[in-house]
Amino acid sequence: MSNPALIATAGDSLREAFGKALSSLADEFPRLVVLDADIAGGTGVHHIRKSHPERLVQFGIAEQNMMAAAGGMAAVGLLPVVTSFAVFCLRAIEQARLSICYAGRNAKIVASHPGLDVGPDGGSAQALEDIAAFRAIPGMTVISPADATEMALATRAMLEFHGPIYMRTGRSPANRIFDDTHQFEIGKGQVLRDGRDLTIIACGVEVSRALIAFEQLKAEGIHARVVNMPTIKPIDTALIRKCSRETGAIVTAEDHNIYGGLGGAVAEALAATTPCPMEFVGVKDVFGASGEPDELAEYFGISASHIAEAARQVLKRKRK
Amino acid sequence: MNLHIHSVDGEIATLSSSLEAQLADAARFVRMHAVASIYHAGSGHPGGALSSADLLACLYGAELNVWPRGVNDPTRDRFVLSKGHAAPALYAAGAYYGFCKPKDALTLRKLNSPFQGHPHVRDLPWVETSTGSLGQGFSVALGMALGLKMLKKSARVYALLGDGELQEGEVWEAAMAAAHHGLENLCVLIDYNKLQSDAPNDKIVRLEPLAAKWRAFEWGVVEIDGHSIPEILKAFRRATATTGRPSVIIAHTTKGKGVPFMENIPAWHGSVKLMRKQAEEALTALGANDAEIKEFLDV
Repeated sequence: MSNPALIATAGDSLREAFGKALSSLADEFPRLVVLDADIAGGTGVHHIRKSHPERLVQFGIAEQNMMAAAGGMAAVGLLPVVTSFAVFCLRAIEQARLSICYAGRNAKIVASHPGLDVGPDGGSAQALEDIAAFRAIPGMTVISPADATEMALATRAMLEFHGPIYMRTGRSPANRIFDDTHQFEIGKGQVLRDGRDLTIIACGVEVSRALIAFEQLKAEGIHARVVNMPTIKPIDTALIRKCSRETGAIVTAEDHNIYGGLGGAVAEALAATTPCPMEFVGVKDVFGASGEPDELAEYFGISASHIAEAARQVLKRKRK
Repeated sequence: MNLHIHSVDGEIATLSSSLEAQLADAARFVRMHAVASIYHAGSGHPGGALSSADLLACLYGAELNVWPRGVNDPTRDRFVLSKGHAAPALYAAGAYYGFCKPKDALTLRKLNSPFQGHPHVRDLPWVETSTGSLGQGFSVALGMALGLKMLKKSARVYALLGDGELQEGEVWEAAMAAAHHGLENLCVLIDYNKLQSDAPNDKIVRLEPLAAKWRAFEWGVVEIDGHSIPEILKAFRRATATTGRPSVIIAHTTKGKGVPFMENIPAWHGSVKLMRKQAEEALTALGANDAEIKEFLDV
């Protein structure tokens, strides 16, 4: 099933793209160490286990110890990357808060299996709260790349950046959006499609759905601007305000609870200076369930057609 | 020949007894300064600060290869106060050994003071990490020990844990991982004063058989009187000589040690306000003379 909005469907999963990028960057970053809690096969770091086995440190199924130990490893001069599933990162968030962020350590957290993209493992495994929770920690940068190309660029940027970062990958095969000319900079969003009627701001797997929604809306004569917002914190306030001024209506889209994630961050950026009608596409404060990611997107209301419908709704409010 | 050996032994004996006297003086200062800073702060945890004073004095005075001018030296030994609420004793030990000024450390818990209620490494680099959430300091120390081993540095890492802290699951995650990775450069000290915030350990959640637990986790275990300076120094030597596994020193202590009205009373664990009379009584019990009391309390 091809789609003109995308380079390809069913590309590498974001976790595989991350794992491959990390492995290819290991020689360039000699202080890089990767921390694993017995899920290297699931987080993509099986690549570095094969290419640089001495860099993979095994902590067993004990995420709290792993997270705080990363703070200690950073303290003695290593560049630790903690890898786990997003829900288990939530389990160790207090360790990330105290022993990494508060202590000012240059340690990274890379979380696979975020959101409904987890699929059949079901509600217990689908972290829909992680962006909100990690975004609330002072000093924490939060990133959610959209495809394999951007993931590779973000992995390099993460290692070059000094300071704690929480980065979401993804479990399921991800649509390909970007070609080799794509650029990534922490803190910057990009306009992928221009339009004047409204702006759709998305992150992670929702970016490809936003591009499909763009095509649906175009067929109806609605010209949406689509913005990829891979950094949720610090968010690109200047670009968001510009979109509000120029298009007058905004839809946010994320594979996350509608509370506290990308939508919240965009609303915060606008409320004081340039408010406009907004609609929030996300999971509506409920837990997920088993199913395939696309089925779940339909069921919980984060599919491309849900984004398009939110666009129609926000336009009604804009025209009032 | 015999005479020569005798004279060398005699010299060592003199040296060690003078070291022990100096450490006892340090421990006394730590107790007095901790009481004074808690008095000035109007809050703080005296019980666990007093029980750990001898351990801290011996660490900084005789064991840690770290000096005020070398707090950024990558080859230094690291100490982590995992029981962060004993911060007044850590600051006092730091003051005695020149990591900070004694008067500055009396600003404990005040706005704009770097001497926060729990240690914060971005305020005071020599405290090595930020603590105050039990269990985490141990994991951070483990990460340091693992990292130093990977970097092929011979520095050692010490962490001081409270007994109530051992109820945190993270502690046993770290205990298992440290043994698995054979971290012989890691030494944990347990300030085993038998009391925690609300009541004795046994009434909250039982810790015993404690030494057997650590042995089962394949740690080198030694149990000592945590107020005996010779026993503490001997335990450090044994830990340093241990190969292939981490070491734990289970130090039996008395909560509130040195201040009779606080000893073994859980109420003095928590954050308390010390009245002037209580502070004076405590300092007197610790051997302070009138001039010292004035110096500590009238700053």
